[in-house]
Amino acid sequence: MTEQLSTKTGIEQPEINILELNELEVYFELKKFGFQHAGYVRAVDGVSMKLRRGETIAIVGESGSGKTSLMRTILRLNTPTNGTVTFDGQVVNALNATALKQFRHKVGYVQQDPYGAMPPFMSVRSILEEPLKISGIKDKEERYQRVVKVMEEVKMTPVEEFLHKFPHQLSGGQQQRIVIARAMILNPVLLVADEPVSMLDASVRVEILKLLRNLQETHNLAVIYITHDLATVRYFSEYIFVMYAGQIIEKATESDLINHTAHPYTHALLAATSDPDPKNVDEFQDVPPGEPPSLVNPPEGCRFHPRCAHMIAGKCDTTRPPDFDLGNSHMVACWLFEDKGV
Amino acid sequence: MNEEKVIRIQDLKLHFITTKGPVQAVDGVNFDLTANKAVVVVGESGCGKTSLAKAILRLLPRNAGEYSGKVWLKDIETMSLSDEEYRKKIRWVRMSMVPQAAMNSLNPVLRVGEQVAEPMIVHYDVNKHEAFDQAAKMFQNVGVPVDFLTRYPFELSGGMRQRVAIAMSLVTGPDLVILDEPTSALDVLTQANIFNLLKRIKNELQTSFILITHDISTSSELADIVAVMYAGQIVEVSGSHRFFSNPRHPYSAKLMASVPRLRTKEEPDFIVGRPPSLINPPKGCRFAERCSKRFEKCSEEPPIYQFGEDWVKCWLYEGEGDQK
Amino acid sequence: MKNFKNTLREISHYPSAIFGVIIIILLVVLAIYAVNAIPYEEAVRQWRGGEEVVYKNPKNVPPAWFNYFTDKDLPISFAVVAGEDEEFTKVVTQGDTTDTIDYEYSFDFPYDEFPQELFLYIQSDYKVKNPFLSVVLETPDGGEIKISDFGASNKQTYRFSQDEKLATRLRRLHGKEIQVMRGLFSVPKSDPLKVNKGVYTLKIKATVFEKGTDVRIEFVNHGLVFGLFGTDHMRRDITTAILWGAPIALAFGLLAAAGTSILSMLIAAIGAWFGGWIDELIQRITEINLVLPFLSILIMVGTFYSRSIWVILGVTIALSIFTGAIKTDRAIFLQVKESTYIEAAKAYGAGDFRIIVRYLIPRIIPLLIPGLVSAVPSYVFLEASLALLGLGDPTLPTWGKVINDARENGALYKGQFYWILEPALLLMITGLGFAMFGFALDRIFNPRLRGM
Repeated sequence: MTEQLSTKTGIEQPEINILELNELEVYFELKKFGFQHAGYVRAVDGVSMKLRRGETIAIVGESGSGKTSLMRTILRLNTPTNGTVTFDGQVVNALNATALKQFRHKVGYVQQDPYGAMPPFMSVRSILEEPLKISGIKDKEERYQRVVKVMEEVKMTPVEEFLHKFPHQLSGGQQQRIVIARAMILNPVLLVADEPVSMLDASVRVEILKLLRNLQETHNLAVIYITHDLATVRYFSEYIFVMYAGQIIEKATESDLINHTAHPYTHALLAATSDPDPKNVDEFQDVPPGEPPSLVNPPEGCRFHPRCAHMIAGKCDTTRPPDFDLGNSHMVACWLFEDKGV
Repeated sequence: MNEEKVIRIQDLKLHFITTKGPVQAVDGVNFDLTANKAVVVVGESGCGKTSLAKAILRLLPRNAGEYSGKVWLKDIETMSLSDEEYRKKIRWVRMSMVPQAAMNSLNPVLRVGEQVAEPMIVHYDVNKHEAFDQAAKMFQNVGVPVDFLTRYPFELSGGMRQRVAIAMSLVTGPDLVILDEPTSALDVLTQANIFNLLKRIKNELQTSFILITHDISTSSELADIVAVMYAGQIVEVSGSHRFFSNPRHPYSAKLMASVPRLRTKEEPDFIVGRPPSLINPPKGCRFAERCSKRFEKCSEEPPIYQFGEDWVKCWLYEGEGDQK
Repeated sequence: MKNFKNTLREISHYPSAIFGVIIIILLVVLAIYAVNAIPYEEAVRQWRGGEEVVYKNPKNVPPAWFNYFTDKDLPISFAVVAGEDEEFTKVVTQGDTTDTIDYEYSFDFPYDEFPQELFLYIQSDYKVKNPFLSVVLETPDGGEIKISDFGASNKQTYRFSQDEKLATRLRRLHGKEIQVMRGLFSVPKSDPLKVNKGVYTLKIKATVFEKGTDVRIEFVNHGLVFGLFGTDHMRRDITTAILWGAPIALAFGLLAAAGTSILSMLIAAIGAWFGGWIDELIQRITEINLVLPFLSILIMVGTFYSRSIWVILGVTIALSIFTGAIKTDRAIFLQVKESTYIEAAKAYGAGDFRIIVRYLIPRIIPLLIPGLVSAVPSYVFLEASLALLGLGDPTLPTWGKVINDARENGALYKGQFYWILEPALLLMITGLGFAMFGFALDRIFNPRLRGM
């Protein structure tokens, strides 16, 4: 059964990169009075990453870090200003209409707002059938079978009970299951999940995350999980990218990131993520002062330097740090590790 | 230890009239809060926590139905006051609120300084100059630069706006501030900043807090006492040390188990099923349907068993504690 | 379907809505009846007038039920054909060389006023020798007035008032000069003139010299009231126009309102979705169109080009598409365009066309419907206004046309209020019905207005 559902390529190459980003830059032009040029918002400023088939990674960052723009560029909802996005060997920037449609069928997108992600006037069945209709499946019966199958996979059973419901009649968790079902219905190879549980109740979050993990295991999906909540990342991702002000400042496996944290910003993120511990009441958290920088005029050199307690004057404020390799695929872009890495 | 209670709530009820029947959002809530402490009311969405805030502050919508119970704010029983007396003496004088998504509830066409100063002008009849002075003091308290007094809300970031909303709730020096999901829309670092701020205010200004949230992890930053709300009722009130290590009520235990943690290795667990509808809540214990420990007695409404300052509403504790 | 039922239930909460719906249903029923009872060609024929159509009708008389409102009972017009209408009996007696046909018609005359005119329409199919007719009128008091003796021709109209011999006879009867109609129906030698109320009997004896010849006689009474809605200056029965006005008004109003709303919405959707120069172009066209004088252009088209109702409808829709509706619809679309589910649709490969038709437009349809319903009265009144200005379709019987005729013929000066009031009331009721229904729909579909 798994064979039916996972995609087949002509040649099985388990190590092939399903997604590759190369020095990606996404700048948005700011216009004054509608036509006068007033600078660029550098939402994504030089991001490179590789994702293998079946690998799950997380992109962690706060709002204003550029993770949303990065995600939208990967999904080709945005076009990059510079650099390339390569999917399964093909450069996504330059696809023609047919190839673009093929690409869209191979990438599933799960959004943050489960209710908003569905047209409120369509029934569950219609919502799930839409991608099938777009990809040209004309046989009504075949569509129905696929809808039923995918609903069983996301545990929306009994299926008959839900087919005719409308989004507002479902709970938050159920809505998100349908959104996930819709993302899965065309058997994608890559799933992009943008804060899929942050609008759900605490007790439901775990359910949905476990569901996503099951789906990933069953279909050998590559997953990009975007979030600002580090606590959930552990249950779901092998490799974590930390984004700040449009740049990736640390990449590590999940255990390295938590146990051998490198970048000061990552330290701050971890420190600010609370576990329910009664001792927290008496302790003040160590938060770097200030706020994330504007992406129109980011600071010179390392973008975190104005807030960093360990800033090296003369270095951090002038030159952008390169990636230093700390071993075990752990990269950090911070001058503090100049002599420790390569 | 005869610490003064800043608020005592007894059998508070608030029902809403809808076309489908009365929604019993707050259905007999009891708890007390000692002065200068913070209680966190945790619960899932739809358990009635926001309605609880509205009930305590008497911010009733048009379709409010039954509204009864007693609320003692130190020495005054507020439910017996008329609407006008309540407005003059209690709301935003001795009790105030930071509503959900507060940063979006600032008036976009007024400067933030004016908005923070307004409660002073309305309730204490001071002139504009003095009110602005007080507003400036509040800005300093919450960590917003004083020159932001003349800015408009859209010129501020989300975190700043939330601080302004907190300043607005503190400007009249109330005894009690109710915060409804104050940081749910904010980033982790900003969230931490806000909680640092709240901790400092609790110590320096000696304000008491009722914090309403579904986020158990962050609630531990402020909670001295935790109250768990389920289907319109409070089912457990425990001191934070007890709650975060060994909660009494089965629902609380499940809630704690469903929290993903950064620093421990356990896999979180989820709770099957959904909270009951508030329109026709089930008879007996409302959590019984989803409880793994239920037994026959749970079909009757459980009484309250007290353990010192803590209490729990669950048949499992029959025979222990003092029955109230 | 469930949505529909829910909507129906919500509508029933508003009394004004129910009232409006009832009015609309009645109008629709009226329209359907009109189209069935008087098919189109027939209606146009009747409306064109002409003697053979209107000979039975008196000129400019109010409707028959007008009698309820006056203290004086006015004589009601009628027309009966011998042998076809029951009460007008026709008995043929065969003789050796001649046939005798006896016609007899009794009618009640309880009125306080005299009829305008009486006619006998005679047709006979003889070849050489014409039949001879003898006409008498028996009065309620037992008297008998000799009307006339004459030879019939193939087709002939005998008009009572024009018969001088009859006039002379009546003068002798009453002892003074008297109009024929008054003379026939009043008590002889009464002063002041008193109406002779009671049953009159018209008796005609026809002597036919060619055996087998038939004489068809129609007795027509032009009273002072007629029918359901009265008559106009061309003696046309206004009922035709009243009945046919309903389907025309409804069709014009609904077609114009629906056409305009739907086309506006589509254009707004395309502009909002594609943005760029398409959007700019549409907005500029709209702004220019808003400045153009709508009625003046219609008048120009009607005067110089064609007054056909289809042309007027077409121009109305064309000029009404690029108006305020495009701006408001576009604003809503721009907002919906940013929705999360639209982004999701783009991500799973939906094309532009599909997004516009399947995802954007359904969001706006609930808002469209109240606007559509509320716009119908404007278009109904537009058509009536154009007719009033003399620019209506000349062949079609519409309410506006009736008002136009009335105005041109000085109806108000002459006290012929019914002529104006009947179409005007119907126009008002139509407007009222749609407006109330539209208003209630607005409250249902626009939740923010609830509670008002």
